Amino acid sequence: MAAGLELDHLTITLGDRRLVDLHQTVAPGEVLSVMGPSGSGKSTLLSVLIGRPDPGFDVSGRVRLDGRDLSGLGPEARRIGLLFQDDLLFPHLSVGENLAFALPSTVKGRTARQARIDAALEAAELAGFAGRDPATLSGGQRARVALMRCLLSAPRALLLDEPFSRLDADLRRQMRDFVFGRVRAEGIPAILVTHDLEDAVAAGGKVISPLGEVRQTGRPA
Amino acid sequence: MPAIPRNRVTLLPLAPLLTLAVLLVPVGAGLAGVLAPAFGWFPALGGESLSLGPWRALLAWPGLPDAVWLSLFTGLGATAVSLLITVMICAAWQGTRSFGLIERALSPLLSVPHAAAAFGLAFLIAPSGWIARGLSPWATGWERPPDLLITQDPLGLSLMAGLVVKEVPFLLLMTLAALGQVPARRSVLLAQTMGYGRMAGWVLTVFPRLYVQIRLPVYAVLAYSCSVIDVALILGPTRPSTLAVQVLEWLSDPDLGLRFQAAAGAVLQLGLILGVLLLWRLGEHVVARLGCACVRMGHRMARDGAMRALAMALALIMALAVGLGILGLAVWSVAGFWTFPDLLPDQFTWRNWARQGDGLARIAVETAVIGAVATGISLILTVACLEAEYRHGLRPSTRALWLLYLPLIVPQATFLIGLQTLAIGTGWTGARAAVIASHVIFVLPYVFLSLSDPWRSWDARQGLVAASLGAGAERVLWRVRLPMLLRPVLVAAAVGFAVSVGQYLPTLLIGMGRVSTLTTEAVALSSGGDRRLIGVYALSQTVLPLLGFALALALPAVVFRNRRGVLDRG
Repeated sequence: MAAGLELDHLTITLGDRRLVDLHQTVAPGEVLSVMGPSGSGKSTLLSVLIGRPDPGFDVSGRVRLDGRDLSGLGPEARRIGLLFQDDLLFPHLSVGENLAFALPSTVKGRTARQARIDAALEAAELAGFAGRDPATLSGGQRARVALMRCLLSAPRALLLDEPFSRLDADLRRQMRDFVFGRVRAEGIPAILVTHDLEDAVAAGGKVISPLGEVRQTGRPA
Repeated sequence: MPAIPRNRVTLLPLAPLLTLAVLLVPVGAGLAGVLAPAFGWFPALGGESLSLGPWRALLAWPGLPDAVWLSLFTGLGATAVSLLITVMICAAWQGTRSFGLIERALSPLLSVPHAAAAFGLAFLIAPSGWIARGLSPWATGWERPPDLLITQDPLGLSLMAGLVVKEVPFLLLMTLAALGQVPARRSVLLAQTMGYGRMAGWVLTVFPRLYVQIRLPVYAVLAYSCSVIDVALILGPTRPSTLAVQVLEWLSDPDLGLRFQAAAGAVLQLGLILGVLLLWRLGEHVVARLGCACVRMGHRMARDGAMRALAMALALIMALAVGLGILGLAVWSVAGFWTFPDLLPDQFTWRNWARQGDGLARIAVETAVIGAVATGISLILTVACLEAEYRHGLRPSTRALWLLYLPLIVPQATFLIGLQTLAIGTGWTGARAAVIASHVIFVLPYVFLSLSDPWRSWDARQGLVAASLGAGAERVLWRVRLPMLLRPVLVAAAVGFAVSVGQYLPTLLIGMGRVSTLTTEAVALSSGGDRRLIGVYALSQTVLPLLGFALALALPAVVFRNRRGVLDRG
């Protein structure tokens, strides 16, 4: 039984048009980049992986996470984290509460939970930001909080939906290093969906199209 | 922005001011007109010095504590339950296909007047109503209607039910309108990927942001529920009744001296509502605290299948309650002899309708005329305001929105009594024009609220294109914007018409019994208990606004039958 995220002959078709055809395994700590122009089926792939397929699409094949078949499971049962291009921090909660929202309830006790949140903030170089209103943070800070929030929910895999496309060049480079660094450090498999070759290459893994054509093989990390 | 001809004096910039005056002057005057007699000043009745006499008389009335308690309990209860059900429905189903079904089932209820819905519900749940008939005698053993006090129960539960079935569709519509400003789908999805149940995710991430947008409608529901009269006359307890009903009773008493006491009661009603609003505001803080505490603990509440099913069931029960209620009205209106526990009458007859004949037609026409004129005035003011906003950049602030809601939050039972007092003083009562003017106060906010969003989201580049082709601002308005927005304009008109048809207190107080509408007639029949007659009037009262909505939907479809682009947009 393989650890990691396994797409087992996953095909998605709309009518007679094939949008996605993937047979890949993403190992823990590895990033698979799926690259293609908009309308090429990237977002359909994400919605299928997340467990919320759009009606009208035909899906065949299986998705397994650490050996567990995800068929029929909703997003709340899959343990796949999701990072959008907008940070989607909840504006009615403080930075700390945004993180607490993600932290599983199995981490019990006020001090233990606070310690985990503080550690996460520290890892994002945002120590002491717990009480802040998200609206007072810079774009880069918000993006880091969003990633830490995602990771705090202890996902077994990560989906990155164009997470850098809203950032300017400098920030983009920093954020890439931060995100891919965290993915390697946490040892979870990740799929990056992007239309930007630079992002895809920076992920350091294999780069393929939604139909499985290899654009670039992974370089050793 | 299109140029305005310089040589023409334009009154358009004054429109917002005029509109605010139409809304606020009556409220202010009405408050003054009720405060004065509440402290003994009413020269026409010999009250020429200030005194606390009216208050002493009010406090000496032994039913006061019960009446106040009843108003608070039913008002707060109905609002809390309505909001809870609305939130449950949205949390469980918003963004799914089933939600479309719920929307289609509940939105027609909006056009049903409160009184008609209350009568329908009463006919359904009364001891001789359809539910009892359906269960008798096989399940209950009843051969005759049981001697139970179901409607007009002393706790006011049926009154609360009557309010809830009407307020949930309203709050749902308001919530839907506000949803556009919150990334609801992605927020819930994000919460779900972290393991949260759909309902928990919606309540914790979407609702706090939505509530800010629907706060004013919620306050309007709260104020309305605490001071409602027509529904309380039909479903509410008697002896004591709610404070608002009692005030109306004193007001219609032949003993004119009771008017002082009534005025004091009306002022107390206002105080009560301010208190309840304050209490609700505190409640908001408590709930927000609880929500944050919940977030900090991180409970996922992922198993919400049963709750989601319950939410769906509640939505269907409400749609059924009103739908079957209206059907009940229809059946009673054509019922001949009808024995208990038969589900249908022994004979059907048109006699109940025929007997009303001319009288009914005259009152229906009166109702339609009042509604049409009040709606027309409201529509003109609304379009003028929105056009002034577009041409002159007179964008209203959030505070102005509060002013728009003022006539919906200050209880009718308070300021209309003051207005009536003033109207008596100036001899302006009993005139149809005065009744129409009083309707405009309540129709205008709804027309404005339903038209402002589509009006503002109209693509202004269309106006630029027209202007660059040489069209002046007037021509852009009449030839481009209004035709393109025909459907929302007509829907806003239908909403306003429905609000006017449903008005009870303004017609009663300002019309002084000389102007009657289907609503005042139907409610007046409630004490008599002639179900066939009630069926005739309450059904007519339901059909009239429905005709308005049917027209609003059919007309654009006919006018633009070969212009799919207009219909898709609207």
